[in-house]
Amino acid sequence: MTVSLRSALGFAAIAAAAFYALVVVPQGGDLTTMINGSIYASYAILALSLALIWGYGGVLSFGQAAFFGLAGYVYAVAGLNLGDTALAALIAVASAAAFAALLGYFMFWGRVSDVYLGVITLTVSLILYRFINQTAGEEWTIGAAPLGGFNGIPSTPIMTALGKPDETLMPEQIYALSVGALVVCYLICRLVIATRFGRAVVAIRENPVRAELLGYDTRFYKLGIFTLGGAIAGVGGVAFANSVFVSPTMFNLQTNGQVIIWVIVGGLGTLAGPVIGCFAMLSLSTWLGSLDGGGWTDPNLVMGVVLTFCVVALRKGLLPTALGLGERLFAVARERMGAPKLGEPRAAEDRP
Amino acid sequence: MSILAVSNLAAGYGAIGVLRDVGFDIAQGEILGILGHNGMGKSTLLKALSGAILPSAGAILFAGADIAQEPPHRRARRGLGYVPQGRQIFPGLTVRENMAFAARASGAPLVIVDEMIARFPRLQPIVDRAGGVLSGGEQQILALARCLCAKPSLILLDEPTEGIQPSIRDEIVETLLTLRRELGLSILLVEQNLKFMTDLADRVLHMEKGRLAFAAPPEAAA
Repeated sequence: MTVSLRSALGFAAIAAAAFYALVVVPQGGDLTTMINGSIYASYAILALSLALIWGYGGVLSFGQAAFFGLAGYVYAVAGLNLGDTALAALIAVASAAAFAALLGYFMFWGRVSDVYLGVITLTVSLILYRFINQTAGEEWTIGAAPLGGFNGIPSTPIMTALGKPDETLMPEQIYALSVGALVVCYLICRLVIATRFGRAVVAIRENPVRAELLGYDTRFYKLGIFTLGGAIAGVGGVAFANSVFVSPTMFNLQTNGQVIIWVIVGGLGTLAGPVIGCFAMLSLSTWLGSLDGGGWTDPNLVMGVVLTFCVVALRKGLLPTALGLGERLFAVARERMGAPKLGEPRAAEDRP
Repeated sequence: MSILAVSNLAAGYGAIGVLRDVGFDIAQGEILGILGHNGMGKSTLLKALSGAILPSAGAILFAGADIAQEPPHRRARRGLGYVPQGRQIFPGLTVRENMAFAARASGAPLVIVDEMIARFPRLQPIVDRAGGVLSGGEQQILALARCLCAKPSLILLDEPTEGIQPSIRDEIVETLLTLRRELGLSILLVEQNLKFMTDLADRVLHMEKGRLAFAAPPEAAA
């Protein structure tokens, strides 16, 4: 299969999935489906952010949820104080990006190695978790927004229609907004990877020393992709805040661990893979939790088994494995139809 | 006029010192060879000059500026090219992309990629092939062509003939001599292949245990 054909098929699949999610699902979807769909989409945006910085930039952030949670909280606080949710969302995403830029500056200019980078990001996320967890008192109120400690901010404002501050969006509209944000973030990632900047980021991931010796300031490129990843995680955080409400669980160890699992299961080095991994794992988890007479198993245990299976048996992850299988089937089908194998010269009489 | 002047250079890996009190210079358009047995510090010298490791003492004057404590990317942008041992091409990028990647870093116009492909005919039929599937000789030529795409005024070559066939070796010699003649390119060459060294170098320094022991004309070194 040629690269252009593969790329075209990829876009067609993404367009079909977006159509299904945005048009078909809402037709028969009940309230639970809409809310769950919004949550899945916001988590998928978080997975996408890690897919970009880890899969393409080679930067393993073990604390990607820090930007997710921070944006959620900033959105809630700004929304409660300003009243304008659109402006609050912009401030929230900008805050996540700025925080990622600040953290990244110290890590990349400090030449922190990959392992310590994972440790530092996780630690930052857990510090935020601990901090927010202890903000239960009245003294932890910013303007009209009480931080709420471990209870979070149940009064997190829901997005309003543009120019109509009294018209709060309905769950199906929040769902459409979340899925739309996921699609837009995905397209932005694809676009960025195709630019000179993106190609340099990938080359730096492959061989940072060589890239630096050729004249690339690798710190700048790593900071750029890390900041973009922070901003995208921030978009996910805002979507999540609108789907449920903000709480310290957005920063916790489980959220940080889950996003890494989604990326590994879906396929590191791809963008769509981690999104698929996220939807698959969350759907499986929800389904296991809904089984009648449950208790026969722990959903977390099943998640662990699935992760182990993927790491051992599907080392490349779901999407790359499926694509590889598809390509093999395509090659076999071509052979049976009598077409020459790809790369083989055609007979002279076959040429136009 | 010297394009590179090194004095009292010391460098190593952590607490392990490798280079001690190294000093030499290279004139504009000169090809200087460094000979020495394995483990004597030849590759470490090139790494210290390129910035892959930072020297612990000494000065490196490149085109008049002391670059001893500058990061590698800044040295590269000043016109210091480095072709390391093992080539280190980007396996996922095509031949053309590998070269364009270097050209963009230096701000050189992309037309230089085509110019370099024209200078290395062996690259012409494989420009769209991924770097990872090339033979060792093709990778070596690509590594050299990629370095030249950044328009360096001095290139550091670390054992370029390692594991390549004689015809490619001769092709590299021919191209480097042409580039020196046409562009005034200077070259610092670390090599164990005496034939390659004598064909190319104007002057040879001998390295022993991290120090430059003596200088000799290439014929005497052979």
